[in-house]
Amino acid sequence: MSLIFDIKIFAVHDGPGIRVSIFFKGCPLRCAWCHNPESRSALPQKMYSKKKCIGCLSCIEACPENALQMTPDGIVTDCLKCILCGACVKACPSKAMEMCGRPLDEEAVLKLLEGERLFFEQSGGGVTFSGGEPLSHPEALLSLLKKCGDAGFHRTVDTSLFASAEIVKSIAAETDLFLIDIKHIDSSLHKKFTGVPNELILSNIRLVAQMGVPYWIRIPLIGNANATEKNISATAQFIGTLKTAPQKIELLPYHKIGDHKIEKLGGKIAANDFYTPDEKTIENYNKILLSAQLSL
Amino acid sequence: MTPRIDRLRKESYEAVPSLSIERALIETAFYKNNYGKYPIPVLRAMNFYEICKKKTIYIGEDELIVGERGPKPKAVSTFPELTCHSVEDLQVLKSRTLQPYYISDEDIEQYRTEVIPYWEGRTQRERIFSHVPKEWKEAYESGVFTEFMEQRAPGHTALDGKIYTTGMLDFKRKIQKHLASLDFLNDPEATDKQEELTGMAISCDAVILFAERHAELADEMADDLEKELADNMFDSESEIDRLTQRVAELRNIAKTCRWVPAHAPRTFQEAIQMYWFVHLGTITELNGWDAMNPGHFDLHLAPFYDKEIAEGTLTRDHAKELMSCFFIKVNNQPAPPKVGITAKESGTYNDFTNINIGGIKSDGTDGVSEVSYLMLEVINEVHLLQPGTSIHISKVTPDKFLIAGAKIIRKGFGYPSVFSPDTYVRELVNQGKSLEDAREGGCSGCIEVGAFGKEAYLLTGYLNTAKILELTLNNGLDPLSGKQLGLKLGKAEDFETYEGLYEAFKKNIAYFTDMKMRVNNYIDSMFAKYAPATFLSVLIDDCIAKGRDYYNCGPRYNTSYIQCTGLGTTTDSLSALKKHVFDDKTFSMSKIMEALKSNFSQDKGYEKLRQYIINNTPFFGNDDKEADDIAVRLFNDLRDAIEGKPNIKGECYHLNMLSTTCHVYFGKITGATPNGRFANKPVSDGTSPSHGADTNGPSAVVKSLGKLAQDKSGGTLLNIRMLPSMLKTDDDINKLGALIRTYFMLGGHHIQFNVVDTKTLLDAQKHPEDYRDLLVRVAGYSDYFNDMNADLQYDVIMRTANESF
Repeated sequence: MSLIFDIKIFAVHDGPGIRVSIFFKGCPLRCAWCHNPESRSALPQKMYSKKKCIGCLSCIEACPENALQMTPDGIVTDCLKCILCGACVKACPSKAMEMCGRPLDEEAVLKLLEGERLFFEQSGGGVTFSGGEPLSHPEALLSLLKKCGDAGFHRTVDTSLFASAEIVKSIAAETDLFLIDIKHIDSSLHKKFTGVPNELILSNIRLVAQMGVPYWIRIPLIGNANATEKNISATAQFIGTLKTAPQKIELLPYHKIGDHKIEKLGGKIAANDFYTPDEKTIENYNKILLSAQLSL
Repeated sequence: MTPRIDRLRKESYEAVPSLSIERALIETAFYKNNYGKYPIPVLRAMNFYEICKKKTIYIGEDELIVGERGPKPKAVSTFPELTCHSVEDLQVLKSRTLQPYYISDEDIEQYRTEVIPYWEGRTQRERIFSHVPKEWKEAYESGVFTEFMEQRAPGHTALDGKIYTTGMLDFKRKIQKHLASLDFLNDPEATDKQEELTGMAISCDAVILFAERHAELADEMADDLEKELADNMFDSESEIDRLTQRVAELRNIAKTCRWVPAHAPRTFQEAIQMYWFVHLGTITELNGWDAMNPGHFDLHLAPFYDKEIAEGTLTRDHAKELMSCFFIKVNNQPAPPKVGITAKESGTYNDFTNINIGGIKSDGTDGVSEVSYLMLEVINEVHLLQPGTSIHISKVTPDKFLIAGAKIIRKGFGYPSVFSPDTYVRELVNQGKSLEDAREGGCSGCIEVGAFGKEAYLLTGYLNTAKILELTLNNGLDPLSGKQLGLKLGKAEDFETYEGLYEAFKKNIAYFTDMKMRVNNYIDSMFAKYAPATFLSVLIDDCIAKGRDYYNCGPRYNTSYIQCTGLGTTTDSLSALKKHVFDDKTFSMSKIMEALKSNFSQDKGYEKLRQYIINNTPFFGNDDKEADDIAVRLFNDLRDAIEGKPNIKGECYHLNMLSTTCHVYFGKITGATPNGRFANKPVSDGTSPSHGADTNGPSAVVKSLGKLAQDKSGGTLLNIRMLPSMLKTDDDINKLGALIRTYFMLGGHHIQFNVVDTKTLLDAQKHPEDYRDLLVRVAGYSDYFNDMNADLQYDVIMRTANESF
């Protein structure tokens, strides 16, 4: 069963127009700067927000396993005891306890999309499947893509393309636009920062470009990781060798918005020295990438 | 922006609002000598003439469009015939922290000795308050409803295009014709008509005289300058050039003021000056609500602009400079000072002139012109408190105009707001207007719809729906004042079903709306009798033809509105009671009532209940059927309580859904509500969702609002707050345009945006000196954040900030 962890209605930064974004849970990559830490595991997870907690202890009373404890840091869950039954989530009045990850309900998704049709039509928008990694759920994704295609919705898939060529091909046949991340052009550094090398990803990008499916390239721009002129130039060079040009190349500057979610999952924010590059640098990189795009 | 506009703008921005007692002095002397000698309409017109004849005329340095209501910019007249401020009132107005009006001690003293003694016992306000029944007074003082006409006259209208083809002399000829044809044998009203028409004719003369006095002053100023130039008083050549040019400008002003408003304008400048004299005339005659409004100004000016551009007598830049001068003139007229409850329902210097830009022509085709774009540029450059502006986006409006307007919205001034002519034309037709009159209509004030130039559509006051629910839950007793205000229909715990509770609530709504309408009808009669607006009557069809005043059925259409506030709060409260008490039975009614009584006291453990309600109740604004059904039903029932009830003008009341700042005042005197809102906090504004209740983004909000039968109201109001980061790129702007278009396809009437982040607002509270010019959208108009009281600031900050659009 495929899980999703969020549906964003009125998403405006996940492809053209006004969109609905559906976020699959589970990702084969482990990007050091990941801003959706709850998307990594393909299993349900419990999240707890100390900020929302009013300290009423309803969750502790409700827990059948005695897995919860009130501490100066708020409620702490003993993961060995917790069976993810959700009793605490149900008991919590302030939504401080939430279950992240729910089964994908195809029918409900299609109904929701239908309700947004006017916005799609007026803005040239549609549905975006994101994650996590949507290509880690090829069957569920393909089925939904087909049904969305039948309903006439514009379909975007936001992916790292870390999947077999076969999967990419089958998904590409039902996709109107790919949003593809290139996290680092150097494979060993790619492995260092994301946990996997990039050869498969780059060959899949070539494949998509060859198939002629429209795509955008998106580069998360992380200071002290990939935000170097060398990396950007090499990436631009790679893009210059592709069969068809990307419709758009976007730089996504690093931000820390996801950090609080690591704490909500019960983890500790790992120390890192990432930073957001300044605007001048970003502008310079944009120029380099634009010339690559234009050369195609 | 030209250096001239830069200077005039700065002067206007920095001028301190003050009170001028000049009008009161002229009027008091006139009334002392003449009251009782003439029929009331003639007396009122002669009084207006006297003011136009004697008031100080002001022409500022560099000005191209001239005329002020007071003796100088931002000097506001008083209207003792309506409300005569006491010495204490004047002291309060002078010294209060928010919206103070400066007045010197000498002026206060003169007011005390010359003005106050005459008007004591003779004012409109005293007439009203001496008449109202006890239960009305108690409900009014407890905040169940407000009363618009206790300090200001009814106005609430906008002009159509007739003043651009009809001068005051033409109006006079028309009036004379009707006077000559009066039938004293067969028409029992002939005498009344004669008096009213005579008043109208005098009013035309008054405005012509007012303009001529400007012409004289302009010539005098030009003569003086010429003399100084002839005497070689200046060394620098650039100074000589500048003054020589100013002489020419003054001569042109004189020429313009000799031509308009006596005659129909011929040029772009004359057209603007024509409107401005008419505007000043109406706001000098009386202090009608929402000042005056040119309506579809771009539509009216376009022919003058096109003709002059073609003939080469006008450049685009000069047209823009003239338009900028006009905008600054509007900003120079702060709202007349209000005190007491009326100051709370409308606590602002803004006087609500709301210029309509774009939209459609009377044949239904696209009304956008080059003047529309020029006005958008002026909004962007001048961006003062006033005038308010709105863009009108119909099916036939090109995207180019929508996008140009959206780019100004992005600037975060809170204006222009956005209206749908396709919806409001339907509203007007549903109210019985002809299609053509409806298409010439638009929106004035905040969001209220009317047939421009042909209708008196009077706002009579706000209704506090959340308070009425509170009273219903307390067997009609007001927990705050301890008074029995509502009907005794049982205690909250006595209602066995949701339907039973709702029916009681409905009965109370009808009880209070009936109570309010009874008094409104009396007030309307008082205005018709004692304060006819003979000049305004010249401008609105068919007052001349009928020989009747604007306040006395003269207009072709006569509407009275009651504005219902708190739809979001009340819907969510009903939804909470329905779900948790009656459907799920999670909590007993007595537990909820205890929680409300304790204001969700944390010590008594009610925070858990409050959180449960907030997080587990279907709320309005999320495209949630359960909540939206309640909102739709409430909207329809409010309409049923009001719609079609006769007013004194042979027509009827209609529903309106605006709130101005009244939702903050109403919140202040309403206890905790079942939706989890704490006591004293603002209730929801207009038809917007409650603060923070909308968690599914703007598309869900507009879908919820789209379910209301908006075209069967006189206007709704939707506030959406967005973070500036959402509107960075042109692509984002296109998406904003798509949101607006979709809302209007769903039947939306109005939508407005605050584009500002929470950090900025919090910082502005801490360091007001750094944010003097931070404009934000309140409810149908913009205001300086620092001119708003802390409650209203809280209200804006607590509105859901949409990050992903």
